[in-house]
Amino acid sequence: MNVAELIARESFTELGARERARALLDAGTMRELIGPFDRLASPWLARQGVVTQADDGVVVARGRIDGESAVVLAIEGAFQGGSMGEVGGAKIAGALELAAEDNRRGIPTRAVILFETGGVRLQEANLGLAAIAEIHAAIVDLRRYQPVVGISAGPVGCFGGMSIAAALCSYLIVTREARVGLNGPQVIEQEAGIDEYDSRDRPFIWSMTGGEQRWHSRLVDAYLDDSVAAMAAQLRAFMGQGVPARHRSDRHEAFLASLARVDTTEQARPDVVRAIYQEGL
Amino acid sequence: MANLVESARGATWLAALTPRGEALPGYPASVRVVDGELGGEPARFIAVVPDPDNRFPRARQGEVGLVEGWALARAVRECMAADAAGVIRRPIVAVIDVTSQAYGRREEAYGIHQALAGAAAAYADARLAGHPVIGLIVGKAMSGALLAHGYQANRLIALDDPQVMVHAMGKAAAARVTLRSVEQLEALAETIPPMAYDIRSFASLGILWRLLPVARPDQPGDDDLARVNDCLLAALADIRRDATPDLAGRLGQPARQLSTQVRERLRASWEAQG
Repeated sequence: MNVAELIARESFTELGARERARALLDAGTMRELIGPFDRLASPWLARQGVVTQADDGVVVARGRIDGESAVVLAIEGAFQGGSMGEVGGAKIAGALELAAEDNRRGIPTRAVILFETGGVRLQEANLGLAAIAEIHAAIVDLRRYQPVVGISAGPVGCFGGMSIAAALCSYLIVTREARVGLNGPQVIEQEAGIDEYDSRDRPFIWSMTGGEQRWHSRLVDAYLDDSVAAMAAQLRAFMGQGVPARHRSDRHEAFLASLARVDTTEQARPDVVRAIYQEGL
Repeated sequence: MANLVESARGATWLAALTPRGEALPGYPASVRVVDGELGGEPARFIAVVPDPDNRFPRARQGEVGLVEGWALARAVRECMAADAAGVIRRPIVAVIDVTSQAYGRREEAYGIHQALAGAAAAYADARLAGHPVIGLIVGKAMSGALLAHGYQANRLIALDDPQVMVHAMGKAAAARVTLRSVEQLEALAETIPPMAYDIRSFASLGILWRLLPVARPDQPGDDDLARVNDCLLAALADIRRDATPDLAGRLGQPARQLSTQVRERLRASWEAQG
């Protein structure tokens, strides 16, 4: 991207969840379900004296993509780190369940999930974890009929049980600012020590889990500039490709064979990860 | 650091439930796959167990790591492939005692999230294909490890015992992330059931199908084994009565009323009016 393009392009990551959903749906088709005026906030946060948000940080946007029935589930990373509580989690799982139901009665509803999330909201712990399991179940159900496209644009990235959800998607799109990983850096440092993982070393963290590294390691399907137009076009391209012949999550042979070639006596290095997966996947 | 004590419960219960079975060769030592029987019909039993010699040093105490995630996926998908041509869909029993997912640099670098997705997808696909999937929680069932090994089951059964727990994160790390002390976290858990670590609080959320008392969870006797076997058979029969192989049975308890309410509201507004 040159300077002129940089100035002209509309940033995707700078948009909030609601605007992101609107930008991805066909123009003028967005209709929000259980919006902020429905005031379905988290009762669990309120009981702990934590400020709530009227949409619990998840936007459910119905509309169309290339004229077909669609739903965009956009997580607001600015609220509680995009963490999944009971209400927000049920919004995502419930919408995906309805999309699958549509498909079973002949309506080809497809889904997009915008992952800006640290994973389970620890103030709702087990209800967040349960909701995430239901999100996993719903993605695996729906992706039999239509592609489920995941996008992690940043700045929060995608962690915890929701990184598993991202890895279940038919296609996953990232930007350079995104990170996708199971365990947040702080938690690894807490559990394994600072020599294993230094949570304050940002270049190191991006070198392991950043969007560019994931792209070169074949763990995502597209690596895009931070541009609304690029995001909307890639999303439509993936929807046009339909359900992949085999989802990445179903390639256990290739992954096991690749992991067998890892020298685990030394610590992991980004260049080695790329080499092993570029050959094995 | 957490989780220094290895648990043998997964291996113990797996062996007890499959007295005539042997672990299938070709799997890593940390993933034990046994083709046994449930009520006289073939069933596959799967457990993740500690392996002190695990090639991946952060996955030696029974954690679900990279290899474990993908090996679980393989164990489930091989079972599906073997049954695909026939009419019978073998039950799959996940014996769950998983201390956590593996936390480490190698794990993040090689995409442990993708490995756990491999396992979760396999269990979910097996359930959707008609395999009755039962999760039997005999010890710890923590976070990402449970998401990979058991949380996609049609039915979840847990032993009613203080060593049995389901949670999203260990206490020390959860305290750090939420900017609280461990003591504050424990105090909150007293009044907020989803934050608690004990299995009875978890049971109050309605996600378990049964909470099952046993006398000796570490060394099950004949009575304990018979009780668990009966419960697995009852779960199997209950699953076969389901119209659809989904997770709807986990909804409906008062503690999770919003999970139901959100779904009802979504359904009511799913189609545009007028």
